[in-house]
Amino acid sequence: MKRIFFLIPVASIVLIGMTTQQIDKKVMDRGKKVYSQYCSPCHQADGSGVPGLNPPLEKTTHVLGNKSSLIKIILKGLNTHEEINGETYNNVMAPHNHLTDQQISDVLTYVRNSFGNKASLITVAEVKSVRAKTK
Amino acid sequence: MQRMMFGPLLFFLFFGNPLKDNVQLFTNESNQQLSVGSGLRLPAGFSATVMADSVGKARHIIINKNGVIYVKLSKLLNGKGILRLQDSNSDGIIDNITGFGNYIGTGITIKNGYLYASSNAEVFRYKLDSNEEVISPDEPEKIITGLINGRQHNTKSLALDNNGNIYVNIGSPSNSCQEIDRGVGSKGKDPCPVLDSAGGIWQFKADKLNQTYKDGVRYATGLRNVMGLKWNEEVNELFVVQHGRDQLDMFPEFFTPQQNAVIPAEEMFMVKKGDDCGWPYCYFDVQQNKKVLAPEYGGDGKKTTRCEGVVQPIVAFPAHMAPNDLLFYTGNMFPAKYKNGAFVAFHGSWNRSPEKQEGYYVVFVPFKDGKPNAAWEVFADGFSGVETVMSPRQAQHRPCGLAMGPDGALYVTDDVKGKIYKITYQGN
Repeated sequence: MKRIFFLIPVASIVLIGMTTQQIDKKVMDRGKKVYSQYCSPCHQADGSGVPGLNPPLEKTTHVLGNKSSLIKIILKGLNTHEEINGETYNNVMAPHNHLTDQQISDVLTYVRNSFGNKASLITVAEVKSVRAKTK
Repeated sequence: MQRMMFGPLLFFLFFGNPLKDNVQLFTNESNQQLSVGSGLRLPAGFSATVMADSVGKARHIIINKNGVIYVKLSKLLNGKGILRLQDSNSDGIIDNITGFGNYIGTGITIKNGYLYASSNAEVFRYKLDSNEEVISPDEPEKIITGLINGRQHNTKSLALDNNGNIYVNIGSPSNSCQEIDRGVGSKGKDPCPVLDSAGGIWQFKADKLNQTYKDGVRYATGLRNVMGLKWNEEVNELFVVQHGRDQLDMFPEFFTPQQNAVIPAEEMFMVKKGDDCGWPYCYFDVQQNKKVLAPEYGGDGKKTTRCEGVVQPIVAFPAHMAPNDLLFYTGNMFPAKYKNGAFVAFHGSWNRSPEKQEGYYVVFVPFKDGKPNAAWEVFADGFSGVETVMSPRQAQHRPCGLAMGPDGALYVTDDVKGKIYKITYQGN
């Protein structure tokens, strides 16, 4: 009986770890650095964006959804004026293809796990693969 | 020529020693008192009430001679883009709201028996009756059409002179005319090709239908985006307040984010026909107190080539505060110091990180004979509802439009929640 009680928390930790992945603090720190330099001026330090101008990164489909599409936004920028959570945003995002695969992997992992977001990490290999297909 | 020579002298008079830092541009707010109820802080003797508190994205505002308010919305509310607001029992609260116009936009004004309103590409007018009420809300005349609507800076502010002309701001659809807009290190297009159809103020006839670019005159150029646009009746000239450029730190070899946060001014100009205010080639550096060559065009934060001939601002406000409206106070309610001076509504900045954001208040610029004659001061503060705004979404309210009522009260719109504030003076 005692052993079962002991096992429940252990099993829970393993399960949580499997579903959300443990993001290495080093990756988050590197991602935050890239974010502060290239993203935060427009999307703001808290990821809430600027009403009417720059979209938020909190719980949006772009950020939490398809990884390839998200990587493509970094590489090619965004100028679609689409509605994001009921609002439109007027400013353009310039391509950020000058960032390295490592930087993109770090910053997207950071964004997907900050501002109340929780999503899987984005690997350097995934960025490399999308970059190869995006010309 | 005369104005160009006078410019530097004016600066010296207004700002003192130009080599001093820009702290003098900020004036103290210690004389301000909280006006209970509205949440605003105002100078002693003034108070504010909230006349309406959820009328949507309320942008520019105009008030007819009977105190009926017309507000332009940048997002439709129940399918309407213009609201008519009335306080029918004079208790200070709007109790009658109707709407018309199925287009979004910002500009709205009244002149010579017509209400003028703009979408982001066209200008309409509605005939008013003798009570200055719109006669046929669903049948406006389209007087201007086909203006560039580039999303960025697409609002069309309106002003009218006394000679039958209407002035329309056509903002630049970019930050600084780069090959890749807002791209790190991207060079400016040279010459900037949009200046023939945007980045300036256009003059049209106030009463001619369906005018396009070919019917208008580019009255002034080199203006990135003007939202505050007013004809000054005292000196019969056009005055504008420009949203200055963003993101100097896209050129990190010359500018840190901290420098970007404070350097490129928000400028007020008196513009005459043919004036060039410098965008995108030049911006006004508040620390050096002069126009400087933009980094997109070879600038390094010091060079002034290409900028010597451009029109100088009459007031340089701190960077990025987003002046969304301008009003010359011609009423009799406020103390004499306010007469013919300028109120400017600052929507509040977004491009000052890592510093705190700035603006989110209404300022007053004392004027004499059509020229600023003392430093500007914060007039109404507290719109944001928080002590410090680090990120614009934290602001609960943002001032956007200004109007004066027939009794001389000052009205301010908020386009976050849709409050309409009324500021009055009772004395001490």
